[in-house]
Amino acid sequence: MSEHSKSSPLKMYFGIWAALLVCTYVTYKAAFIELGRFNAAVALGIATLKATLVALFFMHVWHASEKLTKLVVIAALFFLMLLLGLTMSDYATRLWS
Amino acid sequence: MPDSTVVGLHHEEEHNPALLHHFAEPQQQRDSASLGMWVFLATEVMFFGGLFCAYLVYRRWYFGDFAAASKSIDATLGATNTAVLICSSLTVVLAVWAAQTARRTLLITMLAITMLLGLAFLGIKGIEYKDKFEEHHVPGASFSFDNVPIPGHPGQFANPRHAQMFFSLYFVMTGLHALHMIIGLGIFLWLLIMAWKGRFTPEWHTPVEIGGLYWHFVDIVWIYLFPLLYLIDRHP
Repeated sequence: MSEHSKSSPLKMYFGIWAALLVCTYVTYKAAFIELGRFNAAVALGIATLKATLVALFFMHVWHASEKLTKLVVIAALFFLMLLLGLTMSDYATRLWS
Repeated sequence: MPDSTVVGLHHEEEHNPALLHHFAEPQQQRDSASLGMWVFLATEVMFFGGLFCAYLVYRRWYFGDFAAASKSIDATLGATNTAVLICSSLTVVLAVWAAQTARRTLLITMLAITMLLGLAFLGIKGIEYKDKFEEHHVPGASFSFDNVPIPGHPGQFANPRHAQMFFSLYFVMTGLHALHMIIGLGIFLWLLIMAWKGRFTPEWHTPVEIGGLYWHFVDIVWIYLFPLLYLIDRHP
């Protein structure tokens, strides 16, 4: 949103789109291969890569002229990690239940 | 005009009608609007985050049952829907670009294609839900998940009560996501009408940008739902 009349961002948009489709295909195919515990890691890793691409380039966080936008994104992720991290550090270590 | 310096009415001469009086310049107005949307999206992250957290806890407890239940969903339909949403995200950025560069026809076309892709997503979701209803995989009195083998554990069968937990999470998470899609379709219909009336200009197209942010966020939620619900333990 900051570069209004500068170079056309169309090439970048189509590039991100193609990358997202390739990632989707890779996730789908990788799920049918036996990777042991790495199946979940691959699936979540690719999902995070895709989400990052969408946020940075389609939602323009990368070029955001307002630094507060980045702060809000980081804060949202921080509190999500707090929620998931603290909950799982409890449930994942309940050897007695 | 010696008086104007005293009174301090700085926006008298060339008032930009798109610029609200409490903003200094259009850029500040745009930034404020998108910042507000991002704050809303942060609350949405926490809203879906609670469900993802519940999912993680139960997936750890009942991993085999979750894997068996996940395997009963059509992963090809899920992957197709992922591709549909990614294409709709592309048409959304193209719509925002069209609004920025004053291409009204392209803007209208892209908004319409986005809505068609959104409807296609919901249609595919409907096929999936219909399958689940017919297979009695909807949690409730007629739920049945008997003698379904646990992937990777020959001779072991999934506990129907644990599988029901998976399907409860599946329907709540995909259902809430679908509700967001329906709300998004409503927003985009309104954007389409506004674009048709020629209300958006390169100076003022904030609703297109903010509606786009919402649409992309719903896409991101699906990007996580797809591997977590459809691809738990697929390999033979």
